[in-house]
Amino acid sequence: MIRPALIGLALLLAQPALAQERVLSIGGAVSETVAALGQEARLVARDTTTTYPPALTALPDVGYMRQLSPEGVLSVGPDLILMAEGAGPPETLATLRAAGIAMVEVPEGHTPGAVQEKIRVIAAALGVDEAGAALADQLGAEIAAATAQATAEPGPKPRVLFILGNSGGRLTGAGTGTSAEAMIALAGGVNALEGFAGYKALSDEAIAAAAPDVLLVMDRGAGDTSEGVSDDRDYLTHPAIAATPAGREARVVRMEGMFLLGFGPRTAEAITALHAALYPKAP
Amino acid sequence: MTAVPLRAAAAPPHRLPVAVVAIGLALLLAVAALASLSLGASGLLPWEVILRDTTPAERAILFDIRLPRLILGVLVGAALAVSGALMQGLFRNPLADPGLVGVGAGAGLGAVIAIVLGGLLPVTNRAMLGAYLVPVFAFAGGWAAVLILYRVASLRGQTSIATMLLAGIVLGALAGAVTGILIFVADDNQLRDLTFWGLGSLAGANWTKLAAAAPILIAGLAAAPFLARGLDAMALGEGVAQHMGVPVETVKRGAILSVAAMTGAAVAVSGGIGFLGIVVPHILRLAVGPGHRLLLPLAALFGAALLVAADTVARLAVAPAELPIGIIMALIGAPVFLWILLARRAVLEV
Repeated sequence: MIRPALIGLALLLAQPALAQERVLSIGGAVSETVAALGQEARLVARDTTTTYPPALTALPDVGYMRQLSPEGVLSVGPDLILMAEGAGPPETLATLRAAGIAMVEVPEGHTPGAVQEKIRVIAAALGVDEAGAALADQLGAEIAAATAQATAEPGPKPRVLFILGNSGGRLTGAGTGTSAEAMIALAGGVNALEGFAGYKALSDEAIAAAAPDVLLVMDRGAGDTSEGVSDDRDYLTHPAIAATPAGREARVVRMEGMFLLGFGPRTAEAITALHAALYPKAP
Repeated sequence: MTAVPLRAAAAPPHRLPVAVVAIGLALLLAVAALASLSLGASGLLPWEVILRDTTPAERAILFDIRLPRLILGVLVGAALAVSGALMQGLFRNPLADPGLVGVGAGAGLGAVIAIVLGGLLPVTNRAMLGAYLVPVFAFAGGWAAVLILYRVASLRGQTSIATMLLAGIVLGALAGAVTGILIFVADDNQLRDLTFWGLGSLAGANWTKLAAAAPILIAGLAAAPFLARGLDAMALGEGVAQHMGVPVETVKRGAILSVAAMTGAAVAVSGGIGFLGIVVPHILRLAVGPGHRLLLPLAALFGAALLVAADTVARLAVAPAELPIGIIMALIGAPVFLWILLARRAVLEV
């Protein structure tokens, strides 16, 4: 049995720290950040969750971020893999590490501070620390401004029910500790669902008790007619939803999932967009 | 359900010479193995490693990715096909598969527990098991299910196959319910992992996994030929077999334990790969007849060849991403099997 791990490690140690020029980006927000740092020319491939900026979708797709295949990843010839926390499976990562490929795991988090940290980690891995610091500072200021504006709205905060999916009338909602809850709070709303963590299927009673003022649903981009993507009417005619304030006033806000929940460089923009949707200005 | 395809006396109208079948399957396996070593997302060819200076990453593709994957594919394919043949012989039913002894449900529950609750383990234990948490739990779950069933079905040294079948269905329902609870508490990422696990894949193959699974798979495969004569006799009924001097209980116990070991290990390292256990023995019975002495070794060859071929397709179809192998098996296997059923309906009589 041959042990390329040792050879790979030796080579890695023997060379001075050169900037890697063939970067594989795993995770939508990671890829967005690489592009925001102006380094997208160094990307050689992406994962399925990378959809923005749209130009990146022209790169080869190595598959879903949690289901990477070792040879698939090696075939695009990366010398650096930037991956979002949770990428895997672990066996594949172990094989890649043994093959001597540099890997940097980018921490996940749903706070403005975590977004900045993500940018700094990615910038450091790409050797563009200064650009990273600048982008992180700029984005931090933008997020702070957007949140300050959103949370300064007078009057009661709208109760927002985030719906992840709709399968045959069974709605999946976002509870506490979710990225959706964090975004709702940053944009000046209140998560209508309390008392359970994570994304769960909702009973009609739970929807009635949540009494949302606004429904926030995922939109997978224009013209998407795939299963699970439904029309506003599918939600508004749902018997439990119809009885809530959101149902009576037909308030459904649609946002693209990666934009809303990615916690990448578009976070400030997403907060402003969600804020505008939650507090419509009187015409 | 009739036992026609297994009746040793049934006159075979279109059998093929055994030597032709054996050589054909061996060739098929050789071609599939060569393809599996030569084809992949990277386009690296095996002889390049000898002919030119390759990078560590390229050598890793051949020696740490494709090679363990090929060997694992051969062993898992052979084990699943032989397990299917053993189960069909034991239950005297052409539709029996290893799922009937609860291995599938138990292993599935083990995997779900590992995926959903693995994060709750103390950090030290998690670090120790790491990537092998799911395989270890799946194997343990499969074995636990078989031992419970075997205990329930055995009374005074006799194992009732009918009781085992019923208890297996009940245990399957119970495992399904517990799995359901865990799916309910699972988060989005865990649900994704569960779905992919259920579709099966050899993509996680490496030397460590192979070293853990190979001894179990090889032991099960090695035990199978010793059961052949007993299973042939039991095709005539347990009573008749007893009169012929076959140690019926020993054969039953041997078949159940080797199926549990092989299926448990196979499912643990490759997830849920269905279909092989039913299709391979069926096609071979049409070709060489129902006698287990020929059926078992040929099933091992055929199962290995099919799984290795399907795995090669799985990694090429959407390269550099990869399809779960269960999808390939069913997508290619099901229409072929249906065609055989239609063409040989008169012979098969099921």
